[in-house]
Amino acid sequence: MSTVFIAFQTNEDTRPIVESILADNPHAVLDEQPAMVKINAEGSLVIKRESIEERIGRDFDLQELQVNLITLSGYLDEDDDQLTLAWKN
Amino acid sequence: MDMKANKKKLGLKEKYAHMTRGLDWETTYQPKDKVFPQATFEGIKVHDWDKWEDPFRLTMDAYWKYQAEKERKLYAVLDAFAQNNGHLGITDARYLSAVKLFLTGISPLEYMAHRGFAAAGRNFPGVGPRVACLMQSIDEVRHAQTQIHALSNYNKFYEGFHAGASHQIERLWYLSVPKSFFDDAFSAGPFEWMIAIGFSFEYVLTNLLFVPFMSGAAYNGDMATVTFGFSAQSDEARHMTLGLECIKFMLEQDPDNLPIVQKWIDKWAWRGIRVLSLVSTMMDYMLPKRVMSWKEAWEIYFEQNGGALFNDLAKYGIKVPDCIAQCTVDKEHQSHQLWLTLCTHSHAMGLHTWLPDAEEMDWLSAKYPNTFDKYYRPRFDELRERADKGERFFANTLPMLCQVCQIPMLFTEPDDPTKICYRESEFQGEKYHTCSDGCKHIFDDEPEKYIQAWLPVYQLYQGNCWPEGTDPTAEGFNPVAKYLEWCHIDAKDTGDYEGSSDQANFAAWRGAATQNT
Repeated sequence: MSTVFIAFQTNEDTRPIVESILADNPHAVLDEQPAMVKINAEGSLVIKRESIEERIGRDFDLQELQVNLITLSGYLDEDDDQLTLAWKN
Repeated sequence: MDMKANKKKLGLKEKYAHMTRGLDWETTYQPKDKVFPQATFEGIKVHDWDKWEDPFRLTMDAYWKYQAEKERKLYAVLDAFAQNNGHLGITDARYLSAVKLFLTGISPLEYMAHRGFAAAGRNFPGVGPRVACLMQSIDEVRHAQTQIHALSNYNKFYEGFHAGASHQIERLWYLSVPKSFFDDAFSAGPFEWMIAIGFSFEYVLTNLLFVPFMSGAAYNGDMATVTFGFSAQSDEARHMTLGLECIKFMLEQDPDNLPIVQKWIDKWAWRGIRVLSLVSTMMDYMLPKRVMSWKEAWEIYFEQNGGALFNDLAKYGIKVPDCIAQCTVDKEHQSHQLWLTLCTHSHAMGLHTWLPDAEEMDWLSAKYPNTFDKYYRPRFDELRERADKGERFFANTLPMLCQVCQIPMLFTEPDDPTKICYRESEFQGEKYHTCSDGCKHIFDDEPEKYIQAWLPVYQLYQGNCWPEGTDPTAEGFNPVAKYLEWCHIDAKDTGDYEGSSDQANFAAWRGAATQNT
């Protein structure tokens, strides 16, 4: 199995995003680096709009992730409700 | 009475379908192959352009919205940086050599990427990739601009920031390394361009450039670089995704595309790895406060992450490039060999170098237990001994360059780290030299292309790199000094950091910032 990852700038916008990713992906591992927070996960990782909205108390468009995104790895699939990263093998 | 509108807006998938399809038209008064003359000559077969899909499903309206947000954030930080003497917050002014290398070597490439993606967008017959290339082209010009704006704050105080994009990228011997990479890609067809830049550079290698570089900048207190870096990197995540999508698209369109794509992957993996050796020196030597070693970054971002990618591409028949075996050896040597060369040639560079101190050498020993003490510490000790006697060593001539990657011939044989690796090819009765099996292989495949390489050192010794009106027969004529003048390099920009005006000014200004005298 291969690892996928996603990294965001460390700031107040991404704190609830990172919290929801960790809650929705129990297998994910947090890696905090200078100014950057990286989340590694075996196989796949899912980011759910609803989980983020619960934490920030407002509507959230997953494309807002673009503003604080640093890098990612794996095949990506995004629709209105969730963003998935996965290796297909 | 106001009615609450309940009609749902278009979903992401529908919006993407509406805004990236059916935007083109059938040609009438010219045949299609004349309108898209570059679409077929590389041999890539495409049967259905609509199969190309941006996984982020980004459309132009959303693009402007989020890019505007990124710009507002970035320029707010740059204002704060300028208003609060941000330049005094860095660890020490040695760090600025890494920033100078970035500004002179990487920012001009962003501009070239802007041109290249504009051209690729023009040359692809499919609408999906045309829209994606348009956005990437705009991203890239934004990166060039924001980098130049951010670093202009350092240009107000320090040497060597004044002429990177205007004069040095086309003239300086070490900057021809990154420049030739993009020239090579831009002069290929649009599909090879996508593999070279979209896949190799953006997907496989960009993490090694931006992520450790920006974490390094953060670690060293450089607010300006962190900010433009992360702002650019947020676009890179999209570019990487497109690079991966593009390779998958080519492989799924026709089985005949596989050998062509494999050849390009092999070539551009090696070309990219050679360019990144400049980054290896930055991580191991140029950051006063280090984040991780080059070898560690290589293992995380290339071996693990690249390994996951190649495992996945195996289902299409793609093999791991042959050069990886060599890279596994090189990761232990690359940064040391290159930094030694830069240290002994920085009299002809637009940035300062320095010999690592005792504590830094211990860090290198710990990170490179197999190689540093055995091969490199003695050489730094020797250089240090000479420097202490006031005889800091600089080579008096400029080095021979590889015909393909244009890096000086300084890397060693895969099985003997004490012997410089030279490879030789003959073409039309002339001899050409390359630095490795990887570069020789690339040369031998397209010699007609690489014999045209403009190699700065050779051009200098042929008399093509001096200011107008220079008389090389004049008494005491010094070709390297005249060359530096032509590159807009002042003596203050060159040589060892020890004793430089950057060192003196940084110490004086930081002192002034904490005292009232």
